[in-house]
Amino acid sequence: MIKRQIPLVIAFIVGVMFIIQFFVPHKVSQDALTYVNQWSIIIGGISILLGIYSLIHFHFISIRRGRPGWGFSVVLFGCFGLAVLVGFLPSIVLWFKPVQQGAEPGVWLGFIPLKPGVEEGSPLFWLFLNLISPFMATMFSLIGFFIASAAFRAFRARSIEATLLLIAAVIIMLGQIPLGQMIWQGIPDIMMDWILKVPNTAAKRAITFGITLGSIAFSLRIIFGIERAYLGGGKD
Amino acid sequence: MIKFLLNIDRRIIFILVLLALIIPLKSQIFNMPVKPTSTVEKIYKKIESLSQGSIFLLSSDYDPQSRAELYPMHIALLRHCFRKNIKVISMTHWIYGVGIAEEALKKASAEYNKKDGEDYVFLGWKPGFAMLIIGMGQDLYSAYPTDYYGKNTRDIPMLKNVASLRDIDYMIDLAAGATIEPWIIYGSDVYKFEMGAGCTAISAPDMYPFMQTKQLNGLLGGMKGAADYETLLEKGTLVGENLTLEEKTNLAREAMRPLTAVHLLIIILVIMCNILYLLTREKK
Repeated sequence: MIKRQIPLVIAFIVGVMFIIQFFVPHKVSQDALTYVNQWSIIIGGISILLGIYSLIHFHFISIRRGRPGWGFSVVLFGCFGLAVLVGFLPSIVLWFKPVQQGAEPGVWLGFIPLKPGVEEGSPLFWLFLNLISPFMATMFSLIGFFIASAAFRAFRARSIEATLLLIAAVIIMLGQIPLGQMIWQGIPDIMMDWILKVPNTAAKRAITFGITLGSIAFSLRIIFGIERAYLGGGKD
Repeated sequence: MIKFLLNIDRRIIFILVLLALIIPLKSQIFNMPVKPTSTVEKIYKKIESLSQGSIFLLSSDYDPQSRAELYPMHIALLRHCFRKNIKVISMTHWIYGVGIAEEALKKASAEYNKKDGEDYVFLGWKPGFAMLIIGMGQDLYSAYPTDYYGKNTRDIPMLKNVASLRDIDYMIDLAAGATIEPWIIYGSDVYKFEMGAGCTAISAPDMYPFMQTKQLNGLLGGMKGAADYETLLEKGTLVGENLTLEEKTNLAREAMRPLTAVHLLIIILVIMCNILYLLTREKK
């Protein structure tokens, strides 16, 4: 009873309160919004800790039970430990070997900068710049190669709809490069512009309306206690 | 033969893409003039119209994955603002975006001898997303009690008259994901400031409805958008001025050469595969 009914009552009261709040410009109403907002941001911050715990727990269980691919979990722990170590290393070293206030922290062992935090010049920034950044960029760049291969195999004029899609795609691609302008200025200015502003906008708007109406309906279901999946657990 | 070409090994296509990227990078092939589009011109003109000391908010919501596409426009926008002595507030909703945002800010500010706290402020990253935007609209100092470097935001000279998002003169969100819409819904629509956006080419079509409703005044779409902006920046404000070496480094326009080559390759491949497909269909 307490575990189910109290959250439903809180969701109803807070939901209705903040629907009304949106339409009331009074200071009390605005202060309430600021206050609740700060709470939300704090809770959001705590959820990062929850995420870290969940990640560690999942991969720890994977290793312990020897699930398929458990070796990747070991790699994850290695990288996680390295990032934490690199992040805290300057602070730990400076704690044992403090420098004078205002003085540059210098380097440790001749090559590890002791600048704490994530600013430029810190070990964590080095890690970001030389490992994380190129890894992420490489992963994303590979998509370009697969798109070229996929376009060759999948973009075929099998029906009228597919042909229209094909023509639109070629026009948009030409409009995105200076070559399109050189062939005919109308490709970006007239053809691409029309495709983006008329059929594209109509479709996007319809999708947005659909999503928004769905979101409103879902929110109302939560406020009125019809939708209870967020409470977790089994049946009432 | 037709069957072989239709089922061509994808590694051959990968090599063709690689060559289409490398050759234009190492030569001047496909070096063509860039004519700016109207959506980019609107952002340029808006920043041109801002007076000295205006407050410009730049939210760089992208990570290293989209750096190639969004960093050139990031640098171009910062250069434009610093050249016009516009005050810049920089922030990010993406935790991996912190390093890039700081790097861009330091690079552009060093080119124009701009000082932290006086000419620009870096707020860094904070969780909250939409809640953070609302928080900034209600009270900037509460949402960000300190800047990225730990300085109290109430004591930062540049933020003296910036108590909330209502005091922003113009804002641009550089987005690799779905951050532009929350900025419109919870930011510009509620706290009444004008807004533009920059995004990856793939998400640019999604932004057109917002331009029709004037919720976005302009859009920088992908590398082409950045190249357009660099062209405008070079043409517009430099009459009688000498370009510094850094300003001559136009990241996006340099990238337009390989981009043109790869687009052309894909178009050729698509046309070729359709001709082959039609030939096989006729045979059947």
